[in-house]
Amino acid sequence: MITIVDYKAGNLTSVELAFASLGIKTFITDKPADVLKSEKIVFPGVGAAGAAMDNLRRLGLDEPIKKMVAEGVPFFGICIGMQVLFDFSEEDGGTKCLGLLKGSVKKFKPKDPMCKIPQMGWNTVVQKCRHPVFNGVKDKSEFYFVHSYYPSPADENLIIGTTDYADVVFASAAGKSNIIAVQFHPERSGRIGLKLLENFAVWNGVC
Amino acid sequence: MLTKRIIPCLDVRNRKVTKGVKFQNNIDLGDPIEMAVAYSEGGCDELVFYDITASAERRKIDIQMVRDVAKAVHIPFAVGGGIETLDDMRDVLLAGAEKVSVNSLAVRNPQIIAQGARRFGSQCIVLGMDPVAVNDKTKFPSGYEITTRGFRERTGLDALEWAKRAEDLGVGEIVVNSVDADGTRQGFELNLTAMISGSVRIPVVASGGAGTPQHLIDVFTTGRADAAIIASMIHTGHYTIRQIKDELIAAGIAIRKKW
Repeated sequence: MITIVDYKAGNLTSVELAFASLGIKTFITDKPADVLKSEKIVFPGVGAAGAAMDNLRRLGLDEPIKKMVAEGVPFFGICIGMQVLFDFSEEDGGTKCLGLLKGSVKKFKPKDPMCKIPQMGWNTVVQKCRHPVFNGVKDKSEFYFVHSYYPSPADENLIIGTTDYADVVFASAAGKSNIIAVQFHPERSGRIGLKLLENFAVWNGVC
Repeated sequence: MLTKRIIPCLDVRNRKVTKGVKFQNNIDLGDPIEMAVAYSEGGCDELVFYDITASAERRKIDIQMVRDVAKAVHIPFAVGGGIETLDDMRDVLLAGAEKVSVNSLAVRNPQIIAQGARRFGSQCIVLGMDPVAVNDKTKFPSGYEITTRGFRERTGLDALEWAKRAEDLGVGEIVVNSVDADGTRQGFELNLTAMISGSVRIPVVASGGAGTPQHLIDVFTTGRADAAIIASMIHTGHYTIRQIKDELIAAGIAIRKKW
């Protein structure tokens, strides 16, 4: 079964319903013991990195997540659930994150004062490599984004897809071995987004 | 490139989608869930539902409808009408809505925006505003006054000042619904939309007046809108979303092409 980790970073209903519409069962939990029994982990979330990390530590979920990732359990980070996988985020005056992916999370600083922050809406993801979770998803498909900070991996090899916004081409999909993480919301990205969730459900964590 | 969003608006009364002109002479158009699915499959980028009689009937929003929509469509949708408290916001978001829209409530109690943004995140909180053109430039420097309660009440608030204040309070997006253009199908209020969109750093959604694809082209260029709400032009079957999008793409507007 797929575990959806509830670390009090926003609303999990849409993720749960998206999987349910595919006939895929999920289990929402905020308990470390449950996470340690997961076959697959979905790590969603919206909001601020500082609060997300505080909640992860307070609920005792940070170490179980690291342990499961180290054991090779397929792991899907979404939005803030992608950002906290990196070493550090500029948000909330600087937040130390999980350090599962090398790199940091930076604030959009567009030159154009008309450029709206957050990025809110549908934007293109250019696929930099073929990843099993993107099977059957055409290059340059559009996905739904809502965010003011963007991931900046330290290693080019971590980048799976890129998106252009506010004068920066950022890593909108990243990962390594059993980790896949996306800045956009597959659960809100219609049929194409659901395809990613479906692919994740059958992915063995090898790429 | 970030694309401009096209957002069908479904005004719901007694669990039927309805449409009137300037909030009057409403006729029933169909089932909200069926229409939401049809528009989502048809390529709309987002949806908005207003429970238009919840406030007047002093009842809570139809949460079961929100749940049913969330089960049926997997694109973002906002819900407004009948939101009175933070708990109402929570109920709507937990039922699966991406965003919750406040209008009259925010005028009466602006702090609800700050409280909602803190508790649920700015991106969830949408301010709906219904400005009407006025002549009194001393009292209303922008030339527009905010109305509430289906345009029936004047508030004394200047539209531009209200938009900036709402941004400071932490709202994630502003829907500018022109009272003068609403339901006319004669085009969006471009001056008003451009003025507000050019003065805030958050996305601005134009609403009221959409009748042809050219109206959307105008509001995405001259009107500087980030998204546009449409209703009659698709509810009546005059256009499909595909037809609208094809015309916008031909005009060089950034639009989501595949779904």
